[in-house]
Amino acid sequence: MLYFIEQCLNGVQLGMLLFLLAAGLTLIFGIMDLVNLAHGSLYMLGAYFAATFAALTDSFVAGALLALIATLVVGMAVEVIAMRRLYGRDHLDHVLGTFGLILFFNELVRMIWGPAGMTLSLPMEMLQAVQVLPGVFYPLYRIVIIVATLIVALLLYVLVMRTRIGMLIRAGASNREMVGALGINIKLLYTLVFGLGAALAGFAGLMQAPILTVQIGMGENILILAFVVIIIGGIGSIRGAFVAAIFVGLIDTVGRAFLPDLLRLFLSSNAASSAGPALSSMLIYLLMALVLVFRPEGLFPTAGK
Amino acid sequence: MRKAMLLAGAFALAAAPAAAQQKTVKIGFISTFSGPTAVIGNDMRNSFELGLDHLGRKLGGLPVEVIYEDDQQKPEVGKQKTDKLIESDKVDFIVGYIWSNVLLASLKSVVDSKTMMVVTNAGPSQIAGELCSPYVFSTSWQNDQTPQAMGLYMNQKGVKSVFLIGPNYAAGKDMLTGVAATFKGKVLGQELTVWPTQLDFSAELSKARAAKPDAIFVFYPGAAGVQFLTQYAQAGLKGQIPLYTAFTIDELSLPRQKDLALGVPGAQQWVNDLPNPTNKKFVADFKTKYKSSPAFYGAQTYDAAALINSAVVAVKGDLSKKDEMRREMEKANFKSVRGNFKYGKNHIPIQNFYLQDVVKDKDGNFALKTVATIVKDSQDQHVGKCQMK
Repeated sequence: MLYFIEQCLNGVQLGMLLFLLAAGLTLIFGIMDLVNLAHGSLYMLGAYFAATFAALTDSFVAGALLALIATLVVGMAVEVIAMRRLYGRDHLDHVLGTFGLILFFNELVRMIWGPAGMTLSLPMEMLQAVQVLPGVFYPLYRIVIIVATLIVALLLYVLVMRTRIGMLIRAGASNREMVGALGINIKLLYTLVFGLGAALAGFAGLMQAPILTVQIGMGENILILAFVVIIIGGIGSIRGAFVAAIFVGLIDTVGRAFLPDLLRLFLSSNAASSAGPALSSMLIYLLMALVLVFRPEGLFPTAGK
Repeated sequence: MRKAMLLAGAFALAAAPAAAQQKTVKIGFISTFSGPTAVIGNDMRNSFELGLDHLGRKLGGLPVEVIYEDDQQKPEVGKQKTDKLIESDKVDFIVGYIWSNVLLASLKSVVDSKTMMVVTNAGPSQIAGELCSPYVFSTSWQNDQTPQAMGLYMNQKGVKSVFLIGPNYAAGKDMLTGVAATFKGKVLGQELTVWPTQLDFSAELSKARAAKPDAIFVFYPGAAGVQFLTQYAQAGLKGQIPLYTAFTIDELSLPRQKDLALGVPGAQQWVNDLPNPTNKKFVADFKTKYKSSPAFYGAQTYDAAALINSAVVAVKGDLSKKDEMRREMEKANFKSVRGNFKYGKNHIPIQNFYLQDVVKDKDGNFALKTVATIVKDSQDQHVGKCQMK
């Protein structure tokens, strides 16, 4: 049971990471109707910025804050320079354009930081496990990720549901023309939303950087999961992204942890341990397929679409 | 394919008298030159180039042309590039291969076309056993061998139980089989992770912690080794459950693992401080030329240049005499950076394995050093399945 709780925590932690990515993605997709494959590049940039600034300032927290600002700026710049030309075009053009951006950013990173990748080291105090429940030890840094993401999720909720900007964002998601017709500077709103999405992706990247290594193309695999999350959650819905991210995180991790043992009941040990990871990585796609069949709009569809 | 061979044969016959001035030795080189594991490919390419420099850019008196191809760490791409090298570039030798799964996907094209092949890293059990081939040689090891040595060392250390973690592909499975073959204690569990996409090992580490083993054994090559050591430390397991490794800490990953790698033993057939003169020259010249330390990947690839040279010298540049070249290569008649070794009948080296440890000097630089010889003249356990004569 204690072991099960530990694995659930692992799942929630993965879910938190996915939420950070998916929240930005779903905002951009839902409000601007833009498929942004380059979202993973912003995640990567967040990690590279954090590693660089942390090395310069000798402080993890300072590095993280600077990286957050830097990805926000880069995101807004990308919107002004590149994304503006893609609005109102076919989704296929978005895919092509933003795929080009992936290649661009990968090469850019290779030119600036070199091909070898970087490491973002945690302060020594973070390298330990703490007892969260009697008998359940959990890595301190992963708890930090969970708590930090919950705070970000709360701030995002307040921003979107309780502020004027949030109201405009929601209005933009349901009826873009009407928002424009009412005299709102929709261009500026789009730049802000895109920057916000980029900062969220950057935040995910920099939080994940000490766990994984900082390397070129690090955002590409995780982006696929983030897309799965927004499809399950309902495109444009942050609440949906939150629930779906935790779902996907839990299914992925708990599947990985328990499926091989389950298979061992009726397969040979070797077959089970190699089929286990393969099957468990399929589970989330099965969930997505089921959602698409029974609730094509996602679990929390946004109103007015 | 056969037509191409006939053509190549006819060309060789026609050109035989003028061979010395006209012919070049064409070598196709497959490794990973893009993505996060490109550092490994670069280490191999640099070492191969250095090997050719040391041979005066000539093999058996013939000039050399090397065509480098990137397999992107993907079996399907590796196979395409292999086919391209064999069919359109018509190379005489094919060299490289980091990844066992890429090698296995490409093997059939090489064997069918009877191209001479020197594998410089991957060592899937299949090529040592039932898929062994007269024209395929290894300058590395069979995957099981290194973890087998680690298993022996764990016995010496009095480890009673172990939990195994590795990636779910050909090499990962071999590695875990290897350690279980020699380790006398109890294997409490084994976890295979999705390769190469899964980089977060939280679920596996939780499982290992719950199993309460004396030790954890892992195999994670390239950047994954950095990630594993980081997450192992973050989980607070360092100091609780000791870690034993194969191919997880090397000169390429060490600069990023740093303190996390201290006190984590690994087994290896080559360590940069092996005291033979060939190795001293290789390591010293590599450091001068590339301003970094070579890893075992490079050392094995440096040997490949010398091995090919021995074959071309033996046939005096007549590359059509494949059987003679093969017989010469079977003698392993060259100075290896790991010290001399013999080939088993499956063309896998019979060699020593050493215990390596991480040391930190006063300037804070990290290096690997040999601590002890774990096993002498170890032969892989699949050779019995090889039917080749």
